[in-house]
Amino acid sequence: MHELGIVFYIIRDVKEVAEQHGVEHVSAVVMDIGEVTTIVPQYLQDCWRWAADKEELLKGCELRINTIPAVTYCDCCHREFGTLEHGKICPHCGSDKTWLLRGNEVEIKEIEAN
Amino acid sequence: MDSVKVIEIKKSVFASNDKDADNLRKELKDKKIFLLNLMSSPGSGKTTTLIRTINLIKDKVGVAVMEADIDSDVDAVKIKEATGIQSIQLHTGGMCHLDAEMTRQGLDNLDTEKTDLVILENVGNLVCPAEFDTGSTCNAMILSVPEGDDKPLKYPLMFSVCDLVLINKTDVLPYFDFDMEKCEKNVHMRNPKAEIIPICAKTGEGVDKFAEWLLKKIKEQKQQ
Repeated sequence: MHELGIVFYIIRDVKEVAEQHGVEHVSAVVMDIGEVTTIVPQYLQDCWRWAADKEELLKGCELRINTIPAVTYCDCCHREFGTLEHGKICPHCGSDKTWLLRGNEVEIKEIEAN
Repeated sequence: MDSVKVIEIKKSVFASNDKDADNLRKELKDKKIFLLNLMSSPGSGKTTTLIRTINLIKDKVGVAVMEADIDSDVDAVKIKEATGIQSIQLHTGGMCHLDAEMTRQGLDNLDTEKTDLVILENVGNLVCPAEFDTGSTCNAMILSVPEGDDKPLKYPLMFSVCDLVLINKTDVLPYFDFDMEKCEKNVHMRNPKAEIIPICAKTGEGVDKFAEWLLKKIKEQKQQ
């Protein structure tokens, strides 16, 4: 359900960039979205269609989503592991001194204007 | 055919909210006000827990509550009637969470002159509120026994952003397959630093420990 809130944030940022660049219509917005953001891509698409079509700037604009796999780094044994499978505890050495390397991105990568 | 121009942005959609939240956190620190963002599922006992806790600490510190819901003022009225403290209702306009700007608007409508603690009761939801930094000093969440000990596995982000997890409705533990030890392990798997306090808002058991935690945090905010 937070997908709608995120869509409003995306629209606000895209509008700002479009204005800075004198863009009149955006045909695609490309997003990088990490695996552990809890965003459901299909919900994001549905909310996007509903909200984007209400804006002249974004009518018919496509939302493209790149999924970024989640990887956690262990400070003790300096190895990486898949966050989805193992959570915060390192499967190699059992340490909890770990941090998320990537997989939490909710970024607007680029927009395509026509 | 129209030519397509690509404009690179590479910006987090949360960047502006994160900035607003950091500014708000700093302002609250300067004003020596501790803001607790309390999250949970609907029906986990947020309002009942708050009433119990506020009645334990209201003579020692100035407390105000902001209730966030999609609609109605049921919770704000309930808090005011049961505790007599300042309580306002925020409507999110259909949105499932609060962000830093909405929190600031709420704070602007509170008289914070004699307030040491503001509790923001976020919209009942384990997903969305975790995504949006409200500018709070600390985050806490309530997990109630009937919801199950596996929730930290299903809603990892919520548990990873919380400084404190209250496990509520311990009085019904004998009737549910809820394993307290397993639950604590699941929470710490997501967030090794999270503090856990089992409580029963209905009987009051353990609520004094939550009250102590709050008083300690309020003191820390004043000393910084």
